[in-house]
Parts: sequence; structure tokens; C-alpha cells
Amino acid sequence: MTVAVKERAATPFVGEFDAFEKKASAAGPGWLMPIRKAAIARFAEVGIPTTRDEDWRYTNVSGIAKRGFRMRTGAAPAVQASEIEPFVIGVAAGVRLVFVNGAFSAALSRCPSAGKGVAVGSLTEALKNGSAWVHEHLTHWARYQAFPFAALNTAFMEDGAVVHVPRGVVVESPIEIVHLTTAGDAGSVNYPRTLIVAEAQSQVTVTETYAGLNGSYFNDVVTEIVAGESAVVDYYKVVRERPGAFHVGLLHVQQHRSSTFTAHTSVLGEATVRNNVTAVMDGEGCDCTLNGMGMMEGDGLVDNHLRVEHAKPHCRSWEYYKAILDGRSRGVFTGRIVVSEGAQKTDAKQTNMNLILSDEALADSKPQLEIFADDVKCTHGATIGQIDGDAIFYLRSRGMSAAAARSLLVYAFASESLNQIRVPALRTCLERLVLDRLPGGRALGAVA
Amino acid sequence: MLEIRNLHASVEGKEILRGVDLTVRAGEVHSIMGPNGSGKSTLAQVLAGRETYEVTEGAILFDGQNLLEMEPDERALAGVFLAFQYPVEIPGVTTNYFLRAALNAKRKHLGEEEVDAVDFLSLVKEKAAWVKIDPALLNRGINESFSGGEKKRNEILQMAVLEPKLAVLDETDSGLDIDALKIVADGVNRMRSQSRAFVVVTHYQRLLNYIVPDYVHVLVGGRIAQSGGKELAFKLEEQGYAWVEKEPAAAGAR
Repeated sequence: MTVAVKERAATPFVGEFDAFEKKASAAGPGWLMPIRKAAIARFAEVGIPTTRDEDWRYTNVSGIAKRGFRMRTGAAPAVQASEIEPFVIGVAAGVRLVFVNGAFSAALSRCPSAGKGVAVGSLTEALKNGSAWVHEHLTHWARYQAFPFAALNTAFMEDGAVVHVPRGVVVESPIEIVHLTTAGDAGSVNYPRTLIVAEAQSQVTVTETYAGLNGSYFNDVVTEIVAGESAVVDYYKVVRERPGAFHVGLLHVQQHRSSTFTAHTSVLGEATVRNNVTAVMDGEGCDCTLNGMGMMEGDGLVDNHLRVEHAKPHCRSWEYYKAILDGRSRGVFTGRIVVSEGAQKTDAKQTNMNLILSDEALADSKPQLEIFADDVKCTHGATIGQIDGDAIFYLRSRGMSAAAARSLLVYAFASESLNQIRVPALRTCLERLVLDRLPGGRALGAVA
Repeated sequence: MLEIRNLHASVEGKEILRGVDLTVRAGEVHSIMGPNGSGKSTLAQVLAGRETYEVTEGAILFDGQNLLEMEPDERALAGVFLAFQYPVEIPGVTTNYFLRAALNAKRKHLGEEEVDAVDFLSLVKEKAAWVKIDPALLNRGINESFSGGEKKRNEILQMAVLEPKLAVLDETDSGLDIDALKIVADGVNRMRSQSRAFVVVTHYQRLLNYIVPDYVHVLVGGRIAQSGGKELAFKLEEQGYAWVEKEPAAAGAR
């Protein structure tokens, strides 16, 4: 297949498609290939975004092109169970799916039954088995036309996690998905793809962790979630990529009538991380909550880019994003709320708070409201500030050292977000990660 | 216990305290009164080590140690406590967490064993009853959406748990109705002892009906203009501050 390449930067990625096409045609279902082709054509057309692109103004991803990340060939290197231990959240029971460099690892995963008729497993297997629900939903929702990196993922995806919860089934234990990258010296790219379908009146909680063991790499991620009528879906994403790594994700949520969706995204470290979220409330009476906490240092960047669509009346949405920025790190927040014509009684609230810990860290915050209905309530607020000197003095006047007071206040800022996490094991895990990054943090933890 | 000698302090180059002398012995309650802008709160903040105030002259000795060379937290560990006029709200840290951390920092400093969660909760429950604070409030963020009265009572609770040697109350009565005022005063009176001293900064005499001071000092223009017994407070209540401002500074303020 020949495609016109607009941006030179896109060339190496597009150039890999011919070889990939041969392999994928042999393995995959027939219906998927035309979609892959359309997606790579779209990517070739738009290329890798630059900072001249309004949606990428504060987030420079030119490094993705410069570093020449290539798809990995051959089997993933062996990873010991002990190597994934630091990245699991420690839920005692339940399903855990582990992917190494994008490929499912049966040896590291555990797949007990998650409930009656619940399907949990790898995308490769599901495509091989020809699952009808995968055909129905995969690539159907995530808008690769609007997101260049989602187009790239759609063209090249091979594996990832799939979860299908039948009508009325409640999955009790959280389903844990761990994506581990061990890139070695040669820079590589992974295209993990996750599909979660919760049919009407079902309930499920899924956690996805992205972490790196070594090397420089690019994770180009797409997760599609469908919440059927009156379904309740809780989704948690934890990004702990290696310093210098790139992570660009698109989470697309399609909500049907009276469904409840909650997402919480935590990003820690020194990688460049862009999280696109598109939430579409396509039925009356939906609730959608998108929360996030970023704690960046070094040259890290966290960019949360949200689009919440109130397509039908009587839906409510809340966004609550916080970032703690140290070193030369950067925080970017864009929150677009779109209220369609006729989506009356919409109630939308957006909050973005940034805590700057160093002279060189920066935050940019941009709310964007597009309202085409007249009976709606939309509020937004953003703050960018430093640690409050009055609060430091207050704590010190009770006997806490300056360092402990500072650490406690940073922890307090983070914990307001972490308290919203409803999986206790995950909350504990993230609290510890936050404390570990604070001077004397472990001692603070002992008091809790 | 506390000896302040010729204390001068300024903020942003503006001199607020202009030679304060004060001696407080263990077991005594001293009230500092004075009109707005006379330097009362500055004196309280300087005692606690607030860095926005620069001490340009003078000395403060606390139990023989040079207080001015100590960090705010070192002063707290040594036994100085400031009840804030405007307690800070800190969402995300519960009062219970913070107060136990503060208590354990102090116990560690004194070479005592740290208090565990169970013992701490029964201690804090007892002291919370003194100031009529619902213990459930203490599981909220520090002072988070507390009423003005709850914030002030929370200050007294912290004092009761930390058991300082010297407690400085900075306009603890401001914004309190009479019932809340009595509760706060009751908490303070329970804490009075032969080994503890209080410096009570207030604008109004009414607090002193409930916390009866041994000495009253009137601060005017950054100096102590008058000192006397509790009857001085009544005179101020009747006649206002104008007469003090006219008289020369009283010698031998103590």
C-alpha cells in the first residue's frame, strides 16, 4: 500500500506499515485490515503534531520522531515475576493481566474466573477466536481521525487487554492490567490496545498500570470503554514510565443511558505523558467523573487533555485534576466541555489545581466550554500556586521541622485526589509512591 | 520563664515593636491589651518565630535560652505554643494525623516514647470534650470548613494536647460569642498550673472576666505604656485607650 506522507516526521512510522500489513493480514480478522489502512492513511496525512498545533502547544513530542522508535521484532525478553512486583497494586485476588512490550504474558498473568460469562484476556486471542463483541466495538469508538497517535495505534495494534461483562453481572474484584516495557538500548514503540465493554446493568472496576523497567521507548496507547445502560464502570490508570520515555494515550468512553463512569489517572515521574480523554455521554442521566493526579519532577511532563461531551439532557460531569510540579517539570491541562444543542439540564464542573515546588517548573491550564444549550450549569476553576507560607509556619509552630511541614503539605495536596480512589490497595500503593518522593515522607507515612 | 528585653521588630522596614520589656514567671497569666495597630499580634508572632518579622534589637530569653536563635519548630519543642488569631485551613491532612505527629515530635524531643494511635485517640477525645469539639471534626482536614468558633476551640485543643510551658493566645476571643468564649476560657483555665505561663493578647476586657490575669499590660505604639493588675483592664473597658496614649510610658513594666 502506498500512502502520501505529509510530514517527514511521520515517515519512519508509515514506512513500517507495509511489512506489518503482510504479517497482520495473515493473523488478523479480515474486517480489521481496511480500518488499519484507513488509520495509517490518516496518520500519514496529519503526521506527528508539532507545537504549532493548538492542541499540542505546550507539549513537544518532536522527540518521538527524532528518536526513531521502531516496532519490536521477535519475542519479548523474559521478565521474572519479581520484576513486576514493584508495579502491581497488590489486590490479593482477582484477575491480573500482564503485558510485556505490548505482548500478553501468560506466565506473569493470573486469570481466575471473574464472574459468570465474563470474558477477560488478550486481544490477540480474542481476535483469533472471532469474538462478536470485539468485532462490534473495537475501533468503533476511539476517534482516530481526530487523534494522530490513536490513528497510529489503530494501524499497528496487535495485543492488549479485553474485558467483556455481560448484562447484569457484577465483577467484585478489580481487574488489574499491567503493561511493562523493557526496551533495552534500542528505542522501541508499543501499541497496547485495551477494550472494556460493560453491558447494561453490569458493574466492573479495571486498573491499568504502565511502567518501564529500562531503556527509552514510546507507548502509544488506546483504551476504549463502553458503559451500557445503567452500567457502573470504574477505571484507574497509573503511569509510571521511565524517565525520558514518551507515553501518549487516548481513553475513549462511550456512555449509554443512566450509566456511571469514573476514571482516575495518576502520573508519576520524569516521562513525557499525554493523556487524551474523550467521554461521550450519549444517553440521558449519565454521570461521568474524571479525576487525575500528577506528580512530576526532572524534565517530566504531564498533559491531561479532556473532552467531555454532553450529547443528551440530564447528564452530570465532574473533572478534578491536580498536579505537583518539581524540578523543570511541566503540567498542562486542557478541559473541553461540549454541551450539545438540546442537552438541557447539563451539570458540569471542572477544577484544575497546580502546586509548583521549584523555580523552573511550569503549569498551563486551559478550560474550554462550548455550550449550545441554554438550560445548563457549567463551572470551571483553575489555580496555580506555591506552598502556602502561612501553612508552613502553622505546622512548624506545633513542632514539625520545615522539611516535614513542606512534605506534609505536598502530601495533603496529593491526598485530596488520592482519597477519591475507591480501590484501597491502589490508594495505599499510590500514597506510598507519593510519600517516597518527599523528603522524610516515609516518616510521615508511619504517622498515618 | 520568659524575659523580653528592649525588643524592636519591624516588617518590611516599618518598625512595629519599639522597645518592649516584659518578664513572665512560671504560673503567671499576663494579658497584653492595646488598640489596633499597637503591635500586640506582632509580639505574639515574634515569640513564635514568624519569619516575616525582623527583630532589629533586643533579646528574648526563654528558660535561659536565646529564643531568637531558635527556629519556630525548635521553640515549639522547647515548650512555646501560639494559639493563632487566624488558624490556617489545611485540607488533606486531618487534625488527628497532624496533632499526633506534633505530639510525637515533642515526645521524641523529650526522649519519651511515641504515643500509639489507640492511646492518642483516647487522649484527644478527653481533651476535645474540654472544648466541646465533636471528635468527628478531627477527622476532617485541619480547620477545613470549620466555623470561626471551631477554629479557635481547635487551637485550645491543640494546646491542651501539646501541654506547652508557655502559651501565647493571640486574640483567641475575637469573633467568639459569649458561649464560645466561656468554652475557650474554660479550656485555658483547666491548663493553668504552677509550671505553666500564659500571655493572653486581647483587644477587649471581656475575655479577662473568664481568664483572670495576674498582670495586665497596655501596648501602645510598640511599647508597654502601662502595667498593672486586673483592675487595669476594667479601667480600659470604661475609659478606652485614649488616656494611656497620653501618659508617659510606665516604668518597671513587668
